[in-house]
Amino acid sequence: MISVREAFKNGKAFIPFITCGDPHLDTTKKLIKAIAGAGADLIELGIPFSDPTAEGPTIQEANIRALSGGVTTDKIFDMVAEIRPEVDVPMVFMTYANVVYSYGTEKFVKKAAEAGMSGLILPDVPYEEKDEFAPTCRKYGLDLISLIAPTSHDRIKMIAKDADGFVYCVSSLGVTGVRSNITTDIGSMTALVHEANPDIPCAVGFGISTPEQAENIAKDADGIIVGSAIVKQIAKYGKDAVQPVADYVRSMKEAANR
Amino acid sequence: MSKSKGRFGIHGGQYIPETLMNAVIELEEAYNHYKDDPEFQSELTTLFNEYAGRPSRLYYAEKMTKDLGGAKIYLKREDLNHTGAHKINNVLGQALLAKKMGKTRLIAETGAGQHGVATATAAALMGMECVVYMGKVDMERQALNVYKMRLLGAEVRGVESGTGTLKDAVSETFREWTNRIADTHYCLGSVMGPHPFPTIVRDFQSVISKEIKEQMQEKEGRLPDAVIACVGGGSNAIGSFYNFIDDPSVQLIGCEAAGRGIDTFETAATINTGRLGIFHGMKSYFCQDEYGQIAPVYSISAGLDYPGIGPEHAMLHDSGRAQYVPVTDDEAVNAFEYMSRMEGIIPAIESAHAVAYAMKLAPTMDKDKIIVITISGRGDKDCASIARYRGEDLHD
Repeated sequence: MISVREAFKNGKAFIPFITCGDPHLDTTKKLIKAIAGAGADLIELGIPFSDPTAEGPTIQEANIRALSGGVTTDKIFDMVAEIRPEVDVPMVFMTYANVVYSYGTEKFVKKAAEAGMSGLILPDVPYEEKDEFAPTCRKYGLDLISLIAPTSHDRIKMIAKDADGFVYCVSSLGVTGVRSNITTDIGSMTALVHEANPDIPCAVGFGISTPEQAENIAKDADGIIVGSAIVKQIAKYGKDAVQPVADYVRSMKEAANR
Repeated sequence: MSKSKGRFGIHGGQYIPETLMNAVIELEEAYNHYKDDPEFQSELTTLFNEYAGRPSRLYYAEKMTKDLGGAKIYLKREDLNHTGAHKINNVLGQALLAKKMGKTRLIAETGAGQHGVATATAAALMGMECVVYMGKVDMERQALNVYKMRLLGAEVRGVESGTGTLKDAVSETFREWTNRIADTHYCLGSVMGPHPFPTIVRDFQSVISKEIKEQMQEKEGRLPDAVIACVGGGSNAIGSFYNFIDDPSVQLIGCEAAGRGIDTFETAATINTGRLGIFHGMKSYFCQDEYGQIAPVYSISAGLDYPGIGPEHAMLHDSGRAQYVPVTDDEAVNAFEYMSRMEGIIPAIESAHAVAYAMKLAPTMDKDKIIVITISGRGDKDCASIARYRGEDLHD
């Protein structure tokens, strides 16, 4: 298994997000290969959930498209296992607590590790509840990624000290979605992370869509995460999204390392 | 190193985005401070008594008792509260707390509209801004309450995502809260969500069982044998049960909305058809599929049309202290009509679920036994939809 940390060894990391099964798993497979080839350092694979409370309309709609297309957690495990040998960057799942818990946490984490996943992001599991999942993730070698937010303040140290893989720095209040302006002082958040845990990389997500934003934010971060801007292109182009998304990933990786 | 807070047995907790963690911690600290503050408690009691009209009556339903021919039936008349439901108890408490915390804006979800109306009312009273999220389907089912909320100065935002009902309104209110926290309090309407909400809402609603106990002592000189209430998230039920939990002789019965039946997919009976999960900030029982996707639940009652149940109820179910029984649309509509004709009291369709079960239970009990049914709200809001259910189209 490739470790999540590998993603941060090639300059500033670019981390794209796609929803598995949007619009169907064949396209997801092609997208994964194309974006890995286009310079993605780590790929976030969303397992759709019926009620994604941390998502804005763009990713909510992707979840609906994927679920109506009949995708399930088991089909996603099979897809990952099939494609893993052809992809040379680490991949992490992004989903909600109930998808993992309801499947059986141990069974889920074991299957994810066997399929070749390197980590897990659960936006509705804060520091206080991570013991529900973290021991099982450690047992199977998956990094359970911790998130910090603009409202975290004094909590950042505690979270960073106990973090695995990387720290996911949420750039703005609210849910996922493209924002024209990111006003949070990202630099002071990432500085607090590195003060508490000098070794842990810090990647920033939520709201980022343009190369200019990527360039600016990368000055204060070890990586850039983009979801909604990519999902929008998939919504627009469907199965023909592979090329435009790959071009976009290439431009964002370049911008982050300018 | 268990850091988790707000557990009821294995249930509860705080499964929410990091963005909201300091907000719920701040809320918990403020609540712990004010709940023991005599000035806060005295202000709240004044609001309960002078504004909401508490204590609510415990009424002996003599005709119903005789007609059913078994246990003596009392009705706890939460429908007589200002705004017509038990929801005002929790809302006055939370709005006062939010005001003390320096918040100037209340946001809330609503299903049937009763919690939305109560929140809009408290916001008007306390001079706060108010936004209520309501599923599009529910806005159609409960058009009158939408008008009332707007009349009271609240903004009502329709929620189209998902099934357009209560669960989607809850999700959307959480999303809005992550967007705007500093001046905004999420006035959650039931004993659900992340800690400390299940505890705060229960404490404010526990006035129901506190009064039942005192009034029953006065009228009968003893405890009731059974307390029956409807359960969606479970706020009126936990309020009705709470002060009887340590009295094992009192049977506690929660009535879930079975919709078209618990053997169909059109149901909202969480304990009877759901399984353990994590959603809307809590671990509890939820209606869901084999992959943990939340089920699109159904009930004729917009207020019980929710795929989960509060964590304290989940614990009371696990321990066997309370019993949770399914009641179908048909049974609830029959009870709605029965109670209207028999006692001249039109209950909310939610409360009619509790009445329906009491109608089955009372005849099986001896005449010296006593049942209390909590009438959580009044049924005016439901008249148009019940008429429709019976094939009659009202123009309101």
